[in-house]
Amino acid sequence: MRGERKVLSSKDLLGIKELSREEITLVLDTAAGFKDILGRDIKKVPTLRGKTTVNLFFEPSTRTRTSFELAAKRLSTDVINFSVPTSSVVKGESLVDTALTVQALGADFIVIRHASSGVPHLLARHLHASVINAGDGTNEHPTQALLDAFTIREKKGRIAGLTVAIVGDIMHSRVAKSNIYCLKTLGADVRLIGPPTLIPRNLRETGVAIFHNMEDGLKGADVLIMLRIQMERQGKGFFPSTEEYAKNWGLTPERLSRAKEDVIVMHPGPMNRGIEIVSEIADGPKSVILEQVTNGIAVRMSVMYLLSGVKR
Amino acid sequence: MKLLIKNGRLIDPSQGLDGVGDLTIEDGKIAGIALHAAPQRGGRAKNSPSDARREVSSPDDLRIIDARGMVVMPGLIDMHVHLREPGYEHKETIRTGTMAAIRGGVTTVCCMPNTFPVNDNASVTEFIKRKAAEEGFCTVLPIGAITKGQKGEELAEIGTMTKEGCIAFSDDGNPVMNSLIMRRALEYSQAFNVPILSHSEDLSLSRGGVMNEGLLSLTLGLTGSPAEAEQIMIFRDIVLAELTGGVLHIAHVSTERSVEIVRHAKERGVRITAETCPHYFTLTEEAVRGYDTNAKVNPPLRTARDVEAIIRGLRDGTIDVITTDHAPHHKDEKMREFDEAPSGISGLETALALSLKLVEKGDLTLGQLVEKMAQNPARILGTEKGTLRVGADADVVVVDTAREFLVDPDSFISKGKNTPFRGWTLKGAPVFTIVGGVVYEW
Repeated sequence: MRGERKVLSSKDLLGIKELSREEITLVLDTAAGFKDILGRDIKKVPTLRGKTTVNLFFEPSTRTRTSFELAAKRLSTDVINFSVPTSSVVKGESLVDTALTVQALGADFIVIRHASSGVPHLLARHLHASVINAGDGTNEHPTQALLDAFTIREKKGRIAGLTVAIVGDIMHSRVAKSNIYCLKTLGADVRLIGPPTLIPRNLRETGVAIFHNMEDGLKGADVLIMLRIQMERQGKGFFPSTEEYAKNWGLTPERLSRAKEDVIVMHPGPMNRGIEIVSEIADGPKSVILEQVTNGIAVRMSVMYLLSGVKR
Repeated sequence: MKLLIKNGRLIDPSQGLDGVGDLTIEDGKIAGIALHAAPQRGGRAKNSPSDARREVSSPDDLRIIDARGMVVMPGLIDMHVHLREPGYEHKETIRTGTMAAIRGGVTTVCCMPNTFPVNDNASVTEFIKRKAAEEGFCTVLPIGAITKGQKGEELAEIGTMTKEGCIAFSDDGNPVMNSLIMRRALEYSQAFNVPILSHSEDLSLSRGGVMNEGLLSLTLGLTGSPAEAEQIMIFRDIVLAELTGGVLHIAHVSTERSVEIVRHAKERGVRITAETCPHYFTLTEEAVRGYDTNAKVNPPLRTARDVEAIIRGLRDGTIDVITTDHAPHHKDEKMREFDEAPSGISGLETALALSLKLVEKGDLTLGQLVEKMAQNPARILGTEKGTLRVGADADVVVVDTAREFLVDPDSFISKGKNTPFRGWTLKGAPVFTIVGGVVYEW
C-alpha cells in the first residue's frame, strides 16, 4: 500500500452497480493485504485512528454488524453501534434527521442497513460522511458480494470463465443481486436456480441463465451460492411449503454430484439446515462458508480504507 | 366593466375557431368575437411580450389587452386535482391550489374526494364549495366519493352530493375492488347524470408496488406494480359500463395496452372517455433511478413504449383529456424512504407547458390541445365552460407560447414542491388568466 494511493471514485459504497471492474478489483486486491494482517498475532493497524464509524442498523443483524464492527476496530476507528429499538427513530424522528445527528456526533463512516431499498442513496445525498451500504431492502448488499468474489478468487485463482450458480429466492435477495452484478462484471457465467415465482423472467436480459430444475442448473458448476430461504415467503404464494421447496431446490449430496468435482459451496448465512442445504454439505470439505465470514472482515477493512482516501 | 383582448390568435375548437382577432368580455361573459379580415398565417408577430402587455385604459371603463403574437384560448379545465382541504392543509389548501391553478392557466378544477374527512357526504361538499367561493381563485367543482369513506363497500349519497355541487364521482386512489359495487355505482349514477371516474388499479395485483414492474424495478430493488394491474381494471370497468350503460371516465391512463383497450371499446361504441397526465407522456420509469421520490406517482411512470402509445392515443382521440392529477405533498413527506414516500406530482404549474411540447413536436395541434384541456372536460362534466362562445363564462387564458421558464419548485405557488421537472426549461406560459372576467396577469 505504498506509492500512489488508489482510491474509489465515490465517497460512498452504495452498490456493486455503481462500481467499475477496476474498482471491484482494487477492493479485492487491497483486501488481500488486510487478510494477511488478520492472520498476524497483533491483528490491528493504526491506519484510520481518530476516525469514527457508526453502525446504523434499522434491521436486525448480527453477523454483518459484527463483521463491520471488527473491520472498523482492526483499522483503529472508534465504533458506535446505533440500533433501532434504543434510538429516537421510535419517537418518530425522520431517517435523514437521524443520520444528520449521527454525522454531527462526528461519524466519518456510516454503515447502514435498512429494509427499504435506496435508503443509503438518500442518506448519501444529505451527508458528507462516507455511507456504506450494509444491505438495503431487496436492492444490494455490496460487501457480501465483494467478500464472495474474494473467496472465489482465493479458492479458484480467478473469476472470469467460472460457472457460478446462485440458488434460491433471487427476487428478494439483495445478496443475489449484488453477486450477479459483481460476478458478471468480473466475467463469470452466472446461473440462477429456483422456482419461477422467485426468479423474474426478465433477469435473462442481464445475461444470466435461469434454471428451474436444480439438477440441470448444477451441471458443471464451479461455484454454488446457496441463498437463505426466508420462511416468511411461505404463505405469500411464492411456494406452497418449505418442505416442497427443500424437495425441489434443497442442496443434497446427490444433487451436488452434478457439479464439478472441485466445486465450492457458499452461503451468506444464516443457514436453514435441512432446507436449502443439508448439514453434511454445510460442514463438508466443499463448504467454504466459514472462510467467507473471515474474508468478510478483510473486505470491509479494504472498503473503509479505500473510501477514506476519497477526496470530497 | 368591459375587456377587449386584441390581436391574439383565438383558438376555440368548440366553434371551429382559429384565427387572429379580438375578443370582448362584458360582465363576466364572452360578449363578442371579431376575426381580422386577413388572418396571419404561420410565423408569430415579431413584437415582444412586454409590448403586448402594455395596456391602455380608456375613459369609459374599458380595459384593453394587446395579445399580439399570443394565443387566446378558453380557460383550462383540470378534472383531476387534489386540493387537500379539508384535512391536509399542510400539503395544499383551496386557496393555494386554486391560485396555482390560475398560474397554470386553469380556470376550473375538479377536486378529488380523498380529503379528511372524505368528501362522501353533502356537508363536506358544501364546505368545499363555500371555501372555494370565499377564498378560491377559480371555479372549483368537487368530485364526490363513490363509496362511503372510499372504502368500496357502500354507495355514498351520490344524489344528495350532486345537488350540493359534486360534478362527478370517484374513489380515486382507492379503486372500487368489488365489481358488484362498481356495477351499482355505474347504474345508480345515471339517475343524476354524473360520470364515474375510475382510478383503474387491481390492488391485489399491484400490492406493495411503488414503481413500474420491470427490469428496472428489479435492478433498484423496488417492488413493481405491473402494467397489467391497470389494464385488468380498465377492462373490468369498461365491460361494467357496457353492462350498465353507465357513464365511465378512465383516469390517468399510463400504459400502452390501456390505450388499446380504450380504443377498442370506443370502436365498439362504448360510452367511455379517458384521460392522461403530462408525466405519462413526458417521463419514463428511468426518472425513478436514484430513488427520486418526486418521480413516485400512482400509476407509476412506465416505459418509453408506453409514452409513445400515450402520445398516439392523444393524437388519434382515444385519450380525450389531459389532467394534471395535481397531488401536492409536503417536502418532509417526500424526503424519506422511497417505499414510504407518498405518491404524487405537483402538476398545475407545469401542465400547460409540458402539453405544449406535444404541439411543438407536431403530435397535437393547438386546437387539439384546447380540446383535451378545456372542451372535452367540459363536455364530460356537462358544464357550459371550456368555450369562447358568446354568452359563455369569461374564462380565458392568454398564452405566450414562446416564453421560456425554468421550473423552480421553490417559486411554485402550490404548497406542493414535489416535481420531477425541477431544473427543466419549459416553453409556454400564461400571461393573463381571466376567470369570469376577472383578470390575473403574470
